Amino acid sequence: MHLSPDHIIFWEHGFVKLNATIVYTWALMLLLTGGAKAITSRLSSRLGRSRWQSLLETIVITIQKQINDVGLRQPRIYLPFLGTLFILVAVANFFVVIPGYEPPTGSLSTTVALAICVFVAVPFYGIRKQGWRRYLQSYLKPVPLLLPFNILAEFTRTLALAVRLFGNMMSGTMILAILLVITPFIFPVVMSALALLTGMVQAYIFAILATVYIAAATSDDEDSREPHAARREP
Amino acid sequence: MLIDWFTVAAQIINFLILVWLLKRFFYRPILDALDAREKRIASDLAAAAEKEHVAEAERNRFQQKNEEFDRRLSELLAAAADEARAERKRLLAAAHTDAEELRRRWHKAQRREYQALRHTIEQRTCAEVFAIARKALADLADTTLEAHMAEAFIRRMRSLDPEEKASLAAAVGIFTARGELRHETTIAGISSPSRADGIGSGEITIRSAFELPAAQQEAIAAAIRETVHGEIPLHFEPEPNLISGIELVASGYKVAWSIAGYVASLEEEVGKLLDAGGTVESRAASSPGDAERQPGAMN
Repeated sequence: MHLSPDHIIFWEHGFVKLNATIVYTWALMLLLTGGAKAITSRLSSRLGRSRWQSLLETIVITIQKQINDVGLRQPRIYLPFLGTLFILVAVANFFVVIPGYEPPTGSLSTTVALAICVFVAVPFYGIRKQGWRRYLQSYLKPVPLLLPFNILAEFTRTLALAVRLFGNMMSGTMILAILLVITPFIFPVVMSALALLTGMVQAYIFAILATVYIAAATSDDEDSREPHAARREP
Repeated sequence: MLIDWFTVAAQIINFLILVWLLKRFFYRPILDALDAREKRIASDLAAAAEKEHVAEAERNRFQQKNEEFDRRLSELLAAAADEARAERKRLLAAAHTDAEELRRRWHKAQRREYQALRHTIEQRTCAEVFAIARKALADLADTTLEAHMAEAFIRRMRSLDPEEKASLAAAVGIFTARGELRHETTIAGISSPSRADGIGSGEITIRSAFELPAAQQEAIAAAIRETVHGEIPLHFEPEPNLISGIELVASGYKVAWSIAGYVASLEEEVGKLLDAGGTVESRAASSPGDAERQPGAMN
C-alpha cells in the first residue's frame, strides 16, 4: 500500500522518474485540454448553443463570479490561474470514483507544487497591481513590528494549503482502501461518495483561499488584507 | 519522505503548462464567445429598443390618423345627416306641392265633370221641359186656339210700323207689276232673315198648323189688304211643324206669330243663363278657397 502516488514509479533514470502523480497529471491535462479544445472548436456566439458549451460557460461564469465576490474587481486577469487551480484539483479529486485511480492531489509533492505556485502568484499579482514599494510596505502594516509575523504567515499559510489538501485527499484514499479490506460491499461506495464530496470541497477551499490571498495582496484597503484572509481560512 | 522535489518541480511545470493550455483553449474562446453573445444581445436589445421606438412612433402616428379619421368620419356623417334632412325637407315640400297640384287638378276635373253633368242635366231638363211644353201646346192647339192665333196674327200685321208696311206693300206691288222678284229687303223685327219657301210662287202664302176656317182666312186677307193697300192673291196651306202659329211668306219675306217662336226664344234665354252660370262657376272653381264652398252653393 502506497501512502502517495509518488511511490508508484513507472520509469526512473537517475533523479528523473516518471511516477503515477506525473502520469495521472498528464492524463488529466490531456483530458482537460482535449475536452476544452473539442468543445471550444465549435463555439457559437449566437443564442443557440450546445450543452457542452453551456456547461463550460457556466463553469467559467461561476468561477468569475466567485473571484469577483471575493474582491477581485477584474476577474479575467486572475481567471486562468485561479480557474485552472480549481479545475485541476476538482477533476483530480473527481476521478477517485474510478477504481485504481490515484489522485495526483493525494501526493504531497503535487499539493506543495500548487501551494508554491500560489506562494509565487500572491506577490506577483500584488506587485503587478500595487508596485514593489506599496506591496512591500504592506508587510509593515498595521505596525512594522508585525513584519516577521507577516513573513511567517506567508510561509505557514502556503504550507497549510499544501498539507490541508494532501491530508484530506490522502486520508480519503486511505480510508477507502482500508474499508475495502474490512467491508468490501456497500460501505466503501458510501465512503467513495463522501470522498468525492470532500474532494470537491477541498478544491473549492484551495481555490478560494488562493483567491483570498491574491485579493488581499492586490487590495487597496490595506487594513482588510490579513483579517480578511484569516477570517476565510478554516 | 513524502515530498519528492523532482515531482514538485514537474508538477509546477505541468500546472503552468496547463494554465497556458486552458487559457489558450478554454478560457479565451469561452470568454470571447460570451463577449460576442453579450455584444450581440446588446445590439439586439438596442435594435429592439429602436424598433420599439419606431413602433411607438408608428403607433402614435397611426393613433393620430385613426383619431383624425374618426373625426372626419363623424364630420362626414353629420354633414350627410344634415344633407339628408335638407333633402327630406325638400322632397316633402315637393311632395306637398305635387299633392296640392294633384288635388287642385282633381278638384278642377271634378268641378268640370260636375259642371258637365249639371249642364247635361240642365240641358236635358230644358229639352224635356220644352218638349213637354211643345206637346202640351200641340195638344191644346184646336180651332179656338187657331182663331185666337189668327187674331194675334192680325193684330201683329196691323201693329207693323208704317215703314214696314210700306216696304211690304212696295215689295208686293213690284212683284205684282213686274211679275218677278227683283230685290231682297228684310222687314226688320218681323221675320227672320231666311228666305221663305214661297219665293217665286207669285202669291202670299199663309201657313198655319191647322186649316184656317173661312172667316179667319177672310179676316187675315182683309188685314193684309189693309196693310198693303191692295189686292193680293193669297194661298193658305197647313203646316203641322208650326205647332201653333201663323206665318206670312211673300217674296222672301215672312211675318210670323207662333208659340214655337216664344218657346225658342225662351230656350235661347235659358241657354244663355246656363252658359253664364257655367262661366261664373268655372271662374269660382279656379280659386282653391272657394272650391269647397262652391258645391254647397250650387246645391
